[in-house]
Amino acid sequence: MSEKHKDDVTGVETTGHEWDGIRELNNPLPKWWLYTFYVTIVWCFAYWVVMPAWPYLTTEGWTYTKGAIGYEQRAVVANEIAAVHETRAEAMQRIAELPLPEVAADAALMELALGAGKAAFGDNCAPCHGSGAQGFKGFPNLNDDNWIWGGKLDDIHYTITHGIRWEAAPDTRNNIMMAYGRDGLLTRAEISDVAEYVLSLTNRAENAEAASRGEEVFASQCVACHGEGGVGNRELGAPSLNTAVWLYGGERADIIETVSNGRSGTMPAWGGRLNEATIKSLTLFVHSLGGGEDEAAPAMR
Amino acid sequence: MAISTAPGTATPPGIMTSSAWAVLVSLVAGAFLFIAIAANAQDAPMAVHSWLFAFAFLAGVMLIGQRHMTVSEALAHNRPLADDGTGYADGVVKAGAIATLFWGVAGFLVGVVIAFQLAFPALNFDTDFLNFGRLRPLHTSAVIFAFGGNALIATSFYVVQRTSRARLAGDIAPWFVFWGYQLFIVIAATGYLMGVTQSKEYAEPEWYADIWLTIVWVVYLLVFLATLAKRKEPHIYVANWFYLAFIVTIAMLHIGNNLAIPETLTSSKSYALFPGVQDALIQWWYGHNAVGFFLTAGFLGMMYYFVPKRAERPVYSYRLSIVHFWSLIFIYIWAGPHHLHFTALPDWAQTLGMTFSIMLWMPSWGGMINGLMTLSGAWDKLRTDPVIRMLVVSVAFYGMSTFEGPVMSIKAVNSLSHYTDWTIGHVHSGALGWVGFISFGAVYCLIPWLWKRERLYSLALVSWHFWIATIGIVLYITAMWVSGILQGLMWRAYDAQGFLEYSFAETVAAMHPFYVIRALGGLLFLAGALIMVYNCWMTIKGRYRESEPLSVPAPARAAAQPAE
Repeated sequence: MSEKHKDDVTGVETTGHEWDGIRELNNPLPKWWLYTFYVTIVWCFAYWVVMPAWPYLTTEGWTYTKGAIGYEQRAVVANEIAAVHETRAEAMQRIAELPLPEVAADAALMELALGAGKAAFGDNCAPCHGSGAQGFKGFPNLNDDNWIWGGKLDDIHYTITHGIRWEAAPDTRNNIMMAYGRDGLLTRAEISDVAEYVLSLTNRAENAEAASRGEEVFASQCVACHGEGGVGNRELGAPSLNTAVWLYGGERADIIETVSNGRSGTMPAWGGRLNEATIKSLTLFVHSLGGGEDEAAPAMR
Repeated sequence: MAISTAPGTATPPGIMTSSAWAVLVSLVAGAFLFIAIAANAQDAPMAVHSWLFAFAFLAGVMLIGQRHMTVSEALAHNRPLADDGTGYADGVVKAGAIATLFWGVAGFLVGVVIAFQLAFPALNFDTDFLNFGRLRPLHTSAVIFAFGGNALIATSFYVVQRTSRARLAGDIAPWFVFWGYQLFIVIAATGYLMGVTQSKEYAEPEWYADIWLTIVWVVYLLVFLATLAKRKEPHIYVANWFYLAFIVTIAMLHIGNNLAIPETLTSSKSYALFPGVQDALIQWWYGHNAVGFFLTAGFLGMMYYFVPKRAERPVYSYRLSIVHFWSLIFIYIWAGPHHLHFTALPDWAQTLGMTFSIMLWMPSWGGMINGLMTLSGAWDKLRTDPVIRMLVVSVAFYGMSTFEGPVMSIKAVNSLSHYTDWTIGHVHSGALGWVGFISFGAVYCLIPWLWKRERLYSLALVSWHFWIATIGIVLYITAMWVSGILQGLMWRAYDAQGFLEYSFAETVAAMHPFYVIRALGGLLFLAGALIMVYNCWMTIKGRYRESEPLSVPAPARAAAQPAE
């Protein structure tokens, strides 16, 4: 089968073989292909000289050619990280040491703290509170001035450091919204009435009679924490009930659900997990989002 | 297994030789073994899979018995046999072509589902079985191993017979390869849905599925080798070099990467033999060469037969085919470490992975040159034959992704591209463009050849498939390029003080529009495949679309008989 044979179209000789009607032309290797191949090989040899490349065995065990420039990936990363830390080490130290209002008063420190706070917020807080700190059901919005545990710098700092209902932190913020229905503390009718009363605080009651019955229930069961008229109590971490802001939803069904089964959301204590400078930066960042209160602000609305 | 028949003598398929009996006895013994395992299984998936194995083995026994009875009855009544053992063994190729279509649609469909899950996470439906984490390996395995694997096995069985002028070696053996491979796919797929995984990318199936695949694959290798051994051609055609390299290397990679110790022989869980970064390196030695030898070498084998055959032109350069074959085989096997840049893998291994990837560029392109230049003198067929168009565009996508690959292996580029959607885009330009289109082209050739039809039911539908799928691919890969580069840039964006500009969640949110575009691209690709299934189905039924004349170029049909 290997008699000479020429392809009519191109005039190129074939190898003379044929498989199921397929022949092969005797074309040479394309020059550009071959030379490009050579160039890549030469380039690789050069790269091997410069960079760590080939392992070999010595009497002391395996090692490798270290390359002319002594490149070490881990060292490069370690140096880069160290360099960044070094440029801001002093400032971060000052943020850690100074009281929060003094940091806030220093424009340069504040700029750094807001940058650090934003980055730390994205990595640690955003999964629950949202990228824009807008919150979700059960996770408070941090952009508004409706604070459960207080919106002053020290309040926020305490919350971040110790968390909320975080068992591992001894000084964690703690309270309890009881399950009035599940635990049989109130009847269904009473819960329905108290919900009606709570709705009346935002002028949404439909049944004045039920609301007034609910007011009595509220006075005996709720007022101790949520305050007269549902204004809330930041000392105790009791949310206000007389605004449009609701952590678990403000519809009638949501309120009944909350009163019946209680609520006890948690937030981790970040003290010890993040360093003090970062926690302070986070505090300043959250405070800056729009709802931060200064020292003179009233504790309650 | 009966894998050798003396040349010239033809034993009709289905005759119970001693090796056929040996297969029968092994299947029965295997069924009993798995019933015993099922009875003692430590977890539900193992029990389900053991029953599945036992059932499949018994079904195999019945198939062999039924086959035998059909033949002996025909012989007893002196009726002519549909296949007397002298012609090419095309039954198993037909089965492979149909399996290719079936698994193709299944794999593309799951791909579309998980693409939409990424864009709209609610589509996970909060269930274990439909979770992205389980469906993702279902998609990758279905398209690579079920669709691609069946396409490779079917075409390799077809091509090795034609180019060797010899009937496929063995009688039961090729069917064992086919059904054994389908069983592996079903075991793997159901395992993923039940949460069985060894967490190695593209090698997720657990130890028992791996052992089964090893047996099937060794038989595949033996069938292929024995067929080559009895060839009537003096030389082995280039397509068969590639197929053989694919079969041998996949066996080696599969065994190497799946070395593991089962918890017990009745448990579906195993632990990898290698620890830490060594395991990672073995995994990507496997993973990258699954791309190199499964998705490249194997499909180059396909290309080397179907492109010259369909174009009716000689292969451009024999010399190039030799040089690029050996350089590809030699260099590819070293490139795996580029998947582990900037990890715990030592610097030197990263260097080697990167440099060998760069040297791989031209050897890869050798296949593209030979594929495209084979068209010289027949470029006009691009206009008249959409099947050729599909084959040629697949080679173009091959060239594009084998250039993109070495570029992405360069550490400076990789530091941007790694872990981003750019990688997903790269993989899919190779998978949808190259592997998908070359397989579609091969199946469009095979269906009329195997079922002895004048031509396909409709070339216009092939054209529709081509354009819909091409638009789908373009949407897919451009969306992934943009999202991947955007993602990489967002990850490395720092503000003036050296703090990260974006949180991870923000980078995820930024991907949404591109994920929607990608899913739409996938949907188009799936739609194209459905058109193909319809077209092939009508062709098999012997129908021709009336508005298209029969004289449309009917590509050279293979001779129906081997040398004898």
